[in-house]
Amino acid sequence: MTPATDTRSWLQKNRMTVTPLLFLLPGLLFFVVYVISPIFQSFNISLYDWDGLGEATYIGLDNYRELVDDRAFETSLWNNLKWLALYLLAIPAGLFIALFLNQTVTGIRLYKSLFFFPFVLSQVVVGLVFSWFYLPRVGLLNAVLTFFGLDSINVLGDPDLATYGIIAAGLWPQTAYCMILYLTGLNAVDPEQIEAGRLDGAKGWKMLWHVVLPQLKPATFIAFVVTIIGALRSFDLISIMTNGGPFGSTRVLSFMMFEQALSEYGFRMGYGSAIAVVLFLIMLVFIGYFLWQMWRDEREARH
Amino acid sequence: MFPTPIQKRSRATQVTYQTLLPLALILWLLPLLAVMLFSIRPLSDFTNGNYWGIPSSFDLFANYGRVFFESDMPRYLLNSVFITVPTVIGAVALSCMTGFALGIYRFRGNLLIFFMFIAGNFVPFQILMVPVRDLTVSTGLYDTKTGLVLFHIAFQTGFCTLFMRNFIRALPYELIEAARVEGVAEWRIFWYVVLPLMRPAIAALSVLIFTFIWNDYFWAIVLTQGPEAQPVTAGITSFNSQFVAQYHLMSAGSIVAAIPPVAMFFAMQRHFIAGLTLGAVK
Repeated sequence: MTPATDTRSWLQKNRMTVTPLLFLLPGLLFFVVYVISPIFQSFNISLYDWDGLGEATYIGLDNYRELVDDRAFETSLWNNLKWLALYLLAIPAGLFIALFLNQTVTGIRLYKSLFFFPFVLSQVVVGLVFSWFYLPRVGLLNAVLTFFGLDSINVLGDPDLATYGIIAAGLWPQTAYCMILYLTGLNAVDPEQIEAGRLDGAKGWKMLWHVVLPQLKPATFIAFVVTIIGALRSFDLISIMTNGGPFGSTRVLSFMMFEQALSEYGFRMGYGSAIAVVLFLIMLVFIGYFLWQMWRDEREARH
Repeated sequence: MFPTPIQKRSRATQVTYQTLLPLALILWLLPLLAVMLFSIRPLSDFTNGNYWGIPSSFDLFANYGRVFFESDMPRYLLNSVFITVPTVIGAVALSCMTGFALGIYRFRGNLLIFFMFIAGNFVPFQILMVPVRDLTVSTGLYDTKTGLVLFHIAFQTGFCTLFMRNFIRALPYELIEAARVEGVAEWRIFWYVVLPLMRPAIAALSVLIFTFIWNDYFWAIVLTQGPEAQPVTAGITSFNSQFVAQYHLMSAGSIVAAIPPVAMFFAMQRHFIAGLTLGAVK
C-alpha cells in the first residue's frame, strides 16, 4: 500500500493519461460489447451448425462450402452488385438537382427543404409508398402509363423488374441526401475561381468539370461513402416491398442472412453468420479504403 | 456562384425556371402526394374504382381518427418515443465524453481508438445480429425497449464520436491551455469550458440521432416482437395486416408514422443539415 499523498501525486502526474481513459471508458465499453466483439463472435459462429438454442456442432468451413452451391446466395450476390452500381446514380442525380436549385429566387429555401425531405422518411414508409405507387392496375405509375396508352406493368411481381423497382425507391431518399451534400458544397465554392474561369472562357460543362467539381471533392467523397454503405445495407425496402420475392429474385445478402437465421426459413445461425461474414468482407474492402482516405486527411491536418 | 444566377439571364429563362420549379417538385414528391390523396378518401372510392379522380368525400378526420382510436398505433408511437429519446440522450452523453477524450488529449492509441469507432459505424448490421440478439435474450432484455435502447446507444456512439471529436478538434485549443495554466481540473475543463461550446454539435447530433433511431426497422424486428415494445416502424406491418387492402387507412397510418421525424426536421432544419453535411466542406 502506498500512502494517500503518493496516490494523489501519481494521479496528478498522470492525469493527462488517466483523464482521457476515464472519459473513454463508458463509451468504449458499450461499443466493444455491442459492436466490436460481436463481429468476432459472428466469425466464430459461422463455423458451427447451430439453431440458436441447442448445442452447437463444430463443422469447420462446411457453411461456406454450402454457400458456393446455393442458388439463393448467387442471386443475392448479383443483386448486391446491381444495388451497388445503380445506387451510385444517386450521386450525379443529387448533383444535378443541387445545380438546379442553387439559385436565389423567392421561396427557394422551402423548395430545397421539400426536395430534401424524402430522406427524413423511414425506409419502411418509403417502401410502402412505392409499393402502392407500383400497384398493378390501380397504382399511380400504371394510371399514368395507361393514360398515355401504354401497357401497364407489374413492377414488383415481375422477377426481372422487381429489384430495379426497389432500387428506384431507394434512390429517391439517397438522391435527396447527395443533393443536400452538394448544395452545402456549392455554397462554399470560391467565387473568385468561378470568375477566373469565366474570364478564361469556361462555361457550362467545362466550368463544372474543371473548376466546380474539384472544389466539391469533400462532398463527393462523403456522398460515395454514404451511398456505398447504404447500397450494401439495403434491407428494409426489400423486406417491406417484396419480402425477397417473387421467387426469391430480390434477395440481397443482408436479407438472405436474416431469412436463414431468423425468419420462416428457420434458425440456421451458423449458416446465416457465414453469409454475414461474406457481406462483412465485401464491405471491409470499402471500409478499408474510406479509412485510408480519412487517415491521410488526418495526417495532413497535423502538419 | 455556379450556375450563373438566374437574375443575370434573359427574361424567358427566368420565366421557364420559375415554372419548372413547382413542376419538378410535384414530380419529385408524386409518390408521396398519391399516398396523401389516398389517406383522405372514403372506403367507397376504392370499391368503386375511383382511385385517382376527385375524392367523393373529404374523410381526413374519419380516417386519421380510426388510426388513432381503432388500432395499436398510439401505443407503437409511444414505444418509438420511449426508445428514441433515451437513445439520443445516452449516445450524445457518451460521445461528448469520448469526443472530448479523443479530441483534446494526445496519448498512444488515440487515433487507433478513433478509427475503431469509425470502422464499427460502417459494418453491416447482419454481422452483429446473432451475437447481439443472443446477448439481449440471455440478459432477459429480448422484446423490451431497454434491450433495443442499449444496443442503439452503443452503435450510435460510433457515429457520434466521429462527429464530436471532429467538432472539438475545430475548437480553439488556446482556451483549454489557458484553463490549464489557471490550474483548472481536467473534468472541470470538460464541464465548464468545452461542453458549453459544444451546444451546436449536441443540437445537430440530437436531431440526427432522433431521426435515425425513429426510422430504424431492422433492429426493431430482430430484438422485439409485440405491441409491448415494438416501435412504429415495425408496428406498421401489423397495422397493415389489420387493415389489409384498406388503402385509405394504411396510407393514413404510414403518414402518421412518418410525421415525428419530418416535424423534427422542419423544426430543426438548420441543425439537421449542419449535422448531415459535416465534412462536406473543407
